[in-house]
Amino acid sequence: MTRLLRLDGVTGRRGGRTLFEALDLTLAPGEAALVTGPNGAGKSSLLRIAAGLLRPAAGTVESGAASLADEHPALDERRRLADALAFWARLDGGDASAGLEAMGLAPVADVPVRMLSAGQRKRATLARVIASGAPLWLLDEPANGLDAEGQDRLAAAMRGHLERGGGILAASHQPLGLAAAQAVRLG
Amino acid sequence: MIGLVARELRLAAAAGAALLPPVFFLLVATLFPFAVGPDGPLLARTGGGALWMAALLAALLPVDRLVEPDRASGVLDQLAVRGIGEETVAIAKLAGHWLSFGPPLMIAALPAAALMKLPSDVLLRLELGLLVGTPGLAALTLAVAALTAGLRRGGALAGLLMLPLAVPLLIFGAGLVERGNQAGALQLLAAVSLLLVAGAPFAAGAAIRASRD
Repeated sequence: MTRLLRLDGVTGRRGGRTLFEALDLTLAPGEAALVTGPNGAGKSSLLRIAAGLLRPAAGTVESGAASLADEHPALDERRRLADALAFWARLDGGDASAGLEAMGLAPVADVPVRMLSAGQRKRATLARVIASGAPLWLLDEPANGLDAEGQDRLAAAMRGHLERGGGILAASHQPLGLAAAQAVRLG
Repeated sequence: MIGLVARELRLAAAAGAALLPPVFFLLVATLFPFAVGPDGPLLARTGGGALWMAALLAALLPVDRLVEPDRASGVLDQLAVRGIGEETVAIAKLAGHWLSFGPPLMIAALPAAALMKLPSDVLLRLELGLLVGTPGLAALTLAVAALTAGLRRGGALAGLLMLPLAVPLLIFGAGLVERGNQAGALQLLAAVSLLLVAGAPFAAGAAIRASRD
């Protein structure tokens, strides 16, 4: 069986404090996992470990191509939104317009990134992930700052991704509409 | 890789980076004759060294622009998630930074040399030295920018870190200008510059990785 992500006995430690120990998690195509827990429980650290940005204190991480959405849009502030997204889409071999369309950002595609509101930035961050075409999505609080319409769009995008055989690892306080998701509780 | 270098050049253009160091360089060249007096032979004798000092200080200007904005906005993280090595990112940044720093400085050296009354053979040696030495300066700026990224008041620390490391470039660069290629000043300048260019991507890459923990 091909796996999109496999965490085997992963221990996360930040600043000398153990956040979680010996965590096992496997995501196959079409599967999702929702990480929950109080503030500071290590949700973001777990996602950064899965993304390969942090080294786990113990255990192994195997993952293929992944796309991460955290609190940073990582879009060049002075460029038009469409161009800023296209920079990443070109690196990923994806399609920026698919992301713009999915998050309802087509009307602001020509607006410079620095002019966008907080909610629009969040949408743009998610559009970058959708446009990447990566099989594994790592979403850190994806619904934060989104209005009801944005949350619906996010839920629809996640459903579509899972149906196409993608995987999602999300950390959130809000129910994201991932009905069949494995629950990972930290803290 | 080409996309990354193109992005660096675009950011540099947006920040007016190709303009700032040459303007600073010219400003120093303008002030220097006021400081030592309008004595032609004295200016011609000391001008080359003063211009190298100016180049060194001009290299410090972009230090807070090179790495920190990309770290703070998550661009470095996103590149890492895509499996692009920190060293590769650093090489792209070095190439983009030198292109927007070295050639403009060499062009600014022309009017600066006129202000210093440098004879044409000295100007030629200055330009040659800048061509060989600015990649080393750019590499040093990049490494120091990566080391100080994420630190408060990193700019002040960057100056303290960078200027001592730039001493060899200054010695051989100014030596080449003032005494010609005696005792292999050009070769030594090239060797120091090459060493910095070869080492900086690894130092910068390691610093970027370390800043995540």
